Amino acid sequence: MKADPLGVLTGVHYLDGDFACGEGAMAAGCRFVAGYPITPSTEVVERISRRFPTMGGTFIQMEDELGSMAAVAGAAWTGTKAMTVTSGPGFSLMMENIGLAAMMETPCVVVNVQRGGPSTGLPTMVGQADMMQARWGSHGDYPVIALAPQSPQEAFDLVIDAFNLAETYRVPVMFMMDECVGHMTEKVVIPPHDEIEIVPRRLTAQPPGEYLPYHSDDGSVPEFARAGDGYRFHSTGLTHDDRGYPVMSPECQDESVRRLVAKVRDHADEIVRVEEDGVDGADVVVIAYGITARVARMAVELARRQGVKAGFLRLVVVWPFPERRVRELAGSVKAFVVPEINLGQMVLEVERCAAGRAASIPVAHAGGGVHDPTRIVTAIVEAAK
Amino acid sequence: MSTPARTPRPEDHPIAPYLRMDRMPHIWCPTCGIGTVVKCFASALEASDLDLDKVAVVSGIGCTGRVAGYMNLDAFHTTHGRAIPFATGLKLGRPELQVVVFSGDGDLSGIGGNHLIHAARRNMDLLVILVNNFIYGMTGGQNAPTTPVGAKSSTMSFGNFERPFNLPHLAASCGATFVARWTCLHIRRLTKCVRVALRKKGFRFIEVVAPCSTLYARLNRLGSGLDLMRFYHDSAEIRHGADTRDVEIGYQDTIVCGNFVDIERPTYLEAMRTHYRERLGDRYVPMPEEGGWLHA
Repeated sequence: MKADPLGVLTGVHYLDGDFACGEGAMAAGCRFVAGYPITPSTEVVERISRRFPTMGGTFIQMEDELGSMAAVAGAAWTGTKAMTVTSGPGFSLMMENIGLAAMMETPCVVVNVQRGGPSTGLPTMVGQADMMQARWGSHGDYPVIALAPQSPQEAFDLVIDAFNLAETYRVPVMFMMDECVGHMTEKVVIPPHDEIEIVPRRLTAQPPGEYLPYHSDDGSVPEFARAGDGYRFHSTGLTHDDRGYPVMSPECQDESVRRLVAKVRDHADEIVRVEEDGVDGADVVVIAYGITARVARMAVELARRQGVKAGFLRLVVVWPFPERRVRELAGSVKAFVVPEINLGQMVLEVERCAAGRAASIPVAHAGGGVHDPTRIVTAIVEAAK
Repeated sequence: MSTPARTPRPEDHPIAPYLRMDRMPHIWCPTCGIGTVVKCFASALEASDLDLDKVAVVSGIGCTGRVAGYMNLDAFHTTHGRAIPFATGLKLGRPELQVVVFSGDGDLSGIGGNHLIHAARRNMDLLVILVNNFIYGMTGGQNAPTTPVGAKSSTMSFGNFERPFNLPHLAASCGATFVARWTCLHIRRLTKCVRVALRKKGFRFIEVVAPCSTLYARLNRLGSGLDLMRFYHDSAEIRHGADTRDVEIGYQDTIVCGNFVDIERPTYLEAMRTHYRERLGDRYVPMPEEGGWLHA
């Protein structure tokens, strides 16, 4: 279906990534946001809190990020699309209720405008060191999807995809921005509302009494019932059966957690999204995401000028990781070069998929700035030898 | 010839329609007070004219945290301490809902204390029923923010020396519009109190003192749950309208009960709507009662 015109600011704009992300969320149909101020993400909720009163949306500034994420999970159960926005320290606090959202199968979006860490780290400066936390930050086995925009335009476009993926798979979706993308200002084109495709909540047609909140005919994503529609369902963070009732047994745990994880794992090919340039026949492929992808692209050009057969692969969707593609490439390339603004996180995934058939070379940056492209060029040239 | 008396079945109980009878028996210990509080809540729902399809109940974690799981309503058993913010999202996401938070003292005033005071400050439209058994029951009787000074717990073997919260005073001083305390011995008064609170708007807070015979009574050699009920009978003192500063609970001391606060103040949603209507005029589009942009 098409977007609600009230939420879509059609036109050509000059926006920073945080504002563009906020506009994208509103275009995607988000009408509830709970947040707590944290640099460098705050502009997202500043934008939303100013625009929501004219489009039937509610923003609440909660007492902390624990409460923000809990409120988002609660609001999502009314059918209202919901999002929260934060940065590293707040992301840590949200992990508790991200796990709840995953366990209850609650569609929602969590934006993390990454800064340098650990702890308070570099509040106003860039980092990409929460990538593993986005995947594994809450306890237990659970599914997530994560996207990483490289520009304000993508902050707009991809956050709509984030909402649509959350609806399709009933999972919390991590929107992994970074401070550079959040604070850079560029042209953002917002299309007319009828050109924006929205995935609506998949509400059950089963009557109350017959509806089982955690049953799925194909063993994947269950249909949804909103609180207040007469279903009188029960949902819990405890291990539960199809009725949503707690069952403390290894058998129920096995069945329910396997289904939970399989929702994303079995559909990885539909969710994974990469952007490639000159990968076929390349000796070295650079893999990057977010702001680092833009630096890496320049490095690839510079390396090509030096005669290296260099390819480029950008992770648009970061989780699930494009395992199949990296395995394929590992059979034909000498090496993967992985620049990222952390001391080596996604490179571990590359290494796992390459499985020794190609080298996986990190180009680490501890945070606070972007890479000098010549460092990446040097790594590419060395790897090609 | 007379018809033989039929043995009453649990399903025949007047409050059975309000419970998930397919989940019985419940997990609570014999002589635990939580079931009695659930009974009072169900009776209050029965006596109310609420559309139960629009009533949601939210619990956190712990013994009382299991209440949501037994109520035949839209029910959420959430994370430890987060029942109030989860309920806040439910209420703001679909304003027509009547949202009730049902949880314990440790959950709501310990790990969830920050949410409790802020929801009261905002006058969020929630009814909070807090069952206070003076202890963390589910995990084995550890000290709680409500354990009276001198009472033993499994992490205060020589008696608690920390000052506990005076919960009605905490809620009232943060802005709750309705504040009451009863024990689970006061079945009729508590039922009526819940009925009154269900009719009111804003942040409504009811503390219910209830026995934990398995841990609190055993660790403190206070006898059985029945002995604790007898103690409530002898030492509860009803003082409606009491100054909440004077209702602290000492160890095996007087428990002041009553409806302490009953005031009117704009709720969070009322304040928000009035404010935006004043500032934005016709440009203001409030969230529809049934939820935000539901793709209809």
